[in-house]
Amino acid sequence: MRSRVRIVLVALLLIAGLAIARLVVELRADDLEPGVPFAPTAQQIERGEYLARAGNCAACHTARGAPPYAGGRGIETPFGTVYASNLTPDAETGIGRWSAGHFWRALHEGRSRDGHLLYPAFPYTNYTLVTREDSDAIFAYLRTLPAVVAPNRLHALRFPYDNQWALAAWRVLFFDRDTFAAEPKQSAEWNRGAYLVRGLGHCSACHGERNVFGATDEPLALSGGVIPMADWYAPSLASPQEAGVAGWEVNDIVALLGTGSTPHASTTGPMAEVVARSLQHLSEPDLRAIATYLQSIPQAPARQHISASASEPAVLERGGQVYKKHCADCHGDDGKGTPGSWPALAGNRAVTMDSVANPIRLVLSGGYPPSTAGNPRPYGMPPFAQSLNDAEVAAVLTYVRASWGNAAAPVRSFDVAKHRQGRVNY
Amino acid sequence: MRSAVTLVLALALGSNAIAAEPSDAMAKRVAACTACHGKEGRATSDGYFPRIAGKPAGYLYNQLLNFRGGRRSYAPMTYLIDHLSDAYLLEIARHFASLELPYPPPQTLGASPALLERGRKLVTDGDDARQIPACVQCHGKAMTGMQPAIPGLLGLPRDYLNGQLGAWKAQQRHAAAPDCMATIAGRLNAADVEAISAWLASQPVPVPSAAVPMTTARLPLHCGSAPQ
Repeated sequence: MRSRVRIVLVALLLIAGLAIARLVVELRADDLEPGVPFAPTAQQIERGEYLARAGNCAACHTARGAPPYAGGRGIETPFGTVYASNLTPDAETGIGRWSAGHFWRALHEGRSRDGHLLYPAFPYTNYTLVTREDSDAIFAYLRTLPAVVAPNRLHALRFPYDNQWALAAWRVLFFDRDTFAAEPKQSAEWNRGAYLVRGLGHCSACHGERNVFGATDEPLALSGGVIPMADWYAPSLASPQEAGVAGWEVNDIVALLGTGSTPHASTTGPMAEVVARSLQHLSEPDLRAIATYLQSIPQAPARQHISASASEPAVLERGGQVYKKHCADCHGDDGKGTPGSWPALAGNRAVTMDSVANPIRLVLSGGYPPSTAGNPRPYGMPPFAQSLNDAEVAAVLTYVRASWGNAAAPVRSFDVAKHRQGRVNY
Repeated sequence: MRSAVTLVLALALGSNAIAAEPSDAMAKRVAACTACHGKEGRATSDGYFPRIAGKPAGYLYNQLLNFRGGRRSYAPMTYLIDHLSDAYLLEIARHFASLELPYPPPQTLGASPALLERGRKLVTDGDDARQIPACVQCHGKAMTGMQPAIPGLLGLPRDYLNGQLGAWKAQQRHAAAPDCMATIAGRLNAADVEAISAWLASQPVPVPSAAVPMTTARLPLHCGSAPQ
């Protein structure tokens, strides 16, 4: 008996020892080979600027009203706030002392210049797929920016997330270095799309579901997820009920990504930012490649429609009244909208999807699609947070979700109250 | 030459495209603005959201850029205009600036005559001893503003005026540097702010109510928003 206890104890100690050893390995950074002098070409710099846009680096690495890429924007997470770093070439506070090798290691491995582990709010779980060539080009571009003296702000993370050991454990569980391997059975266009979507584009950072540790369960999955802290739902790209585009024309996908709107769909909220800052600047071939890849994502089977009668007649009547007064002018009595100005609500997945977060946010906060070359003067949705109470918002959404052939579950006042308190991160 | 012809064609087609829109297209584009700022931007009885109709286009445009650039903070505003282009924001500013609409009668606030007199004196004379210039020096003798970017001060609710002067004092509201209004607000005390807001909010708006052309050779302070 005693010997059995001893064996169990020894085994536990051994496991603990191995785990600690694994963490120590994770914490230790390999020495970088002494950097060969980096002499970027003009072409490389231009390419790097383009790729930095494809990765939307500036969106996080620029604080509102501050110089581009000088960092300081707080990225709120369930574990605290992570502050984006200064990517300008200032020696003391930026990446002036970094080599191309350091930069590559940051993207590929999630380590800073001195080897310490970076928080995955910087999406190196995706960027690990970026090629060395692209990494060098982005680095070359960043080196051409005006150097800005802007010391990095310390992250404001709660215990134990503020600790490198915890981060090492997270990485052991949820991160592996990876390289992009082209799928030989697929076209070059598809592979280019896969590389952009999974890698630089880091689409799964929002469109992937996260577990309680903030890790996207399946790093490359795009099955929809609530954007941490932002209170928006990034719809599934693998669902015909949400934002799957398997049945779309490639041209329509390209138009949505490149201009922010099409007759059937438009982008608002966080996706408007992605189109404005990143996607509208991508080349037509790259947008087509992304579209081709997104079209090929296996689609989940269509779910059973719930019966519209689940909505109470009194709520529907009240919702109809609110609709007539506030919505019908633009979206039409028949919910068909006005092509080019206001989207149809009949058959619009943005209002019928299971998650009610976005429809509620849109009614409360309104929103414009971005100004783009293809849609420079967009029409917008007015905010109704000031004029409609929770019950009215719930009623009108319930009405919209149950009219003109739509058959989605009712929205409750409780849901509206929850999202009314949602944060606006500006 | 060819590119010049293309450009002329594009401009001609562009203006045709705009001309083909219904006359109320711009009003519908800005429905998101009028949800809070009232029908045609003439404010509501809410008492906080300011009137934007008829304010100088340069002023409105500067404010849109200030919200987008973080110099002013009101999350719902920043959220709405965050991804609209400079050209579109200028067009929106010009749209509201072009609206000449009647003003409602001034607020009756029940402020004491002493408070109102203090406000009137600060607005029309300033206070040399404390280096506070008179409001009318920049905002115009009739206080309807000066083109292209200095706003009028009348027809605004007291709560809004208090809120803005307070925000400047507390460094919550900024304008392009040098931020002259921040300097002036910093020299006002809380009682000054209360008096100025009360007096301004109780004055009728003159007819015509439009901002006048810049008449002052030199403003008393340098203002980044209204460079001379």
